[in-house]
Amino acid sequence: MVKIMNIKSIPLTQLPINQRGKIVALDGGLGFQRRLRVMGIKEGQIVKIVSKQPFRGPLTITVFGCQMTLGRGMAEKITVEVI
Amino acid sequence: MIKKIVLMGNPNVGKSVVFSRLTGANVIASNYPGTTVDFSKGKMRYEGDTFEIIDAPGTYSLDPSNKAEEVALKMLREADIVINVIDSTNLERNLYLTLELLEQNKPLILVLNLWDETKHLGINIDEKRLEQILGVPVIPTVALTGEGIKELVINIKNARVNDKIKPTSEEGRWIEIGSIIKKVEVVEHRHHTLRDRISDLTIKPHTGIPIAIGVIFISFWIVRLIGESLIIFVLDPIFDNYYFPLIEGLSEKIGPGTIHTLLIGEYGSPIDKIESLGMLTTGLYIPIGVVLPYIISFYFMLSLLEDTGYLPRLATLVDKVFHKLGMHGYGIIPMFLGLGCNVPGALSTRTLETKKQRFISATLLAICVPCMAQLAMVFGALGKYGLFYIGIVFITLILLYIILGLILNKIIRGESPEIFMEIPAYRRPSFKATVKKTWMRIRWFLKEAIPFLFLGVLIINILYAIGILQLISNVLQPIMSNFFGMPGDASIALITGFLRKDLAVGMLISLNMSPLQLVIAVTMLTIYFPCVATFAVLIKELGIKDMIKSAALMLGVAAIVGIILKIILLGV
Repeated sequence: MVKIMNIKSIPLTQLPINQRGKIVALDGGLGFQRRLRVMGIKEGQIVKIVSKQPFRGPLTITVFGCQMTLGRGMAEKITVEVI
Repeated sequence: MIKKIVLMGNPNVGKSVVFSRLTGANVIASNYPGTTVDFSKGKMRYEGDTFEIIDAPGTYSLDPSNKAEEVALKMLREADIVINVIDSTNLERNLYLTLELLEQNKPLILVLNLWDETKHLGINIDEKRLEQILGVPVIPTVALTGEGIKELVINIKNARVNDKIKPTSEEGRWIEIGSIIKKVEVVEHRHHTLRDRISDLTIKPHTGIPIAIGVIFISFWIVRLIGESLIIFVLDPIFDNYYFPLIEGLSEKIGPGTIHTLLIGEYGSPIDKIESLGMLTTGLYIPIGVVLPYIISFYFMLSLLEDTGYLPRLATLVDKVFHKLGMHGYGIIPMFLGLGCNVPGALSTRTLETKKQRFISATLLAICVPCMAQLAMVFGALGKYGLFYIGIVFITLILLYIILGLILNKIIRGESPEIFMEIPAYRRPSFKATVKKTWMRIRWFLKEAIPFLFLGVLIINILYAIGILQLISNVLQPIMSNFFGMPGDASIALITGFLRKDLAVGMLISLNMSPLQLVIAVTMLTIYFPCVATFAVLIKELGIKDMIKSAALMLGVAAIVGIILKIILLGV
């Protein structure tokens, strides 16, 4: 099934700090997607960026009251909708 | 037959604390994911039955993504009963593993740990309803205070294989979890607390980096302050006023001979606490009089950093730098643990995901990270000449860590995936828990260090007596002096360093070298090989083939650094 992205769908890396977004799609291999999901990063969840480390360093995000740090490359594979 | 109970759960939910509560055995627990990388076993007796309790490393699912998680899976296969410990403040995510475990057809009890935190966070969980839905006992606990542990013990006999949850796909489990959460959990809106604000400040780069520099600087300052104060005000007075006068009396009684040399050192000369090389003098004074004070202060500070939950934030801030060195931010944890003792440092590399990361992390640890036993002796030996000399040692090792990391990242094949770790909420460390944990590590140090120092002193004395050390010294003398600007006897100290680094520094002190020569010697002592205990762990962790590569690097780098330092520092 092809998801139709509306204009507000952006990679997680482009979500401004403190702006809430809703995860609409995960990209990448199945193993990778599962690793994200078991950590709570999955479609439908509300996500917020806490910090972005400089020089394309990792992002720290809040998902469902829980914070985690993940690399930029990983974050690029997460598509969110600004809400 | 003794039943095996295995504690399973996501990382950092408090399995190790539950384990300690159930067995009375003490294991290290901290506030960051990945503290437990191996399993611990303990016994529990209840109503005449004996159970074996196994604390497994944390895992997010039954598909392992690192070596520590593989250990958890292996433990699960051996289990007769599973206690699934979950973080109640994060029910939804934790339930994924719970459903996977329920599909395993093993009797299970669910423990909702960190129950007190749910109240602060405005989370209400209907645990009775959850019990009905899952068909297994559900026990809320606060393992840190012991609340609920009694109910857990009583309910072990009620552990059941569930008949409500059927095996399904990954997607099926998420749908199931969604419907469970709707029925059992209500979350109230809450405001930003002070704790959230501190958390934000320490992880945002423009405030986090200055704070990190401050925290590290202050930590080391406190380690030195406590360590030095313990020596000046407690240990030196005890040794000088009570212990050594006793030994002098003993010396008179024994009189000259082999036994005197072995126990106290050479007869007739004034007893030197570090240089006499007797078992009762050097063998006891180094571990207790010099190293122990720093072990106490270091582990006290490390416990604070671990238990507050600061380390994962530090890992986030340094991630970019560590990525350039072929690891990711989590690589700072083996480094920090290694500063206390390289053995737990080497073990903690298991939480890194790939072989490349583990090799680089373990090799850099062995080469560039001096343990506290060695550092304490270096403070003792070079401190009196001024911080400048200690500074040279540190700067050399830090530069080496970076340069070697950059090179290894380029030449070692394999993947170096990005960081992906949970940032736990800050917790106020309990004084009692911190003291207990520090004490556990001190006891471990005493059990390891004193026998090895005794053995070291014994072996050196025997080798001296039969003339082997003099032979080695004579053979290596041209190499030592031409390449590294050191006397031949320094080679004996370096060899001793394989047994214990602190003893080796003690032997270097007795050679009357210049401060700069001493700087070269202790730097090379750090680099060339880790002590035998670390060596054994590294063989196990890396495998023999990679360990040979790693050991070759250690020797090669030690020689190169020695030569460079000689040219720069001694000017020849």
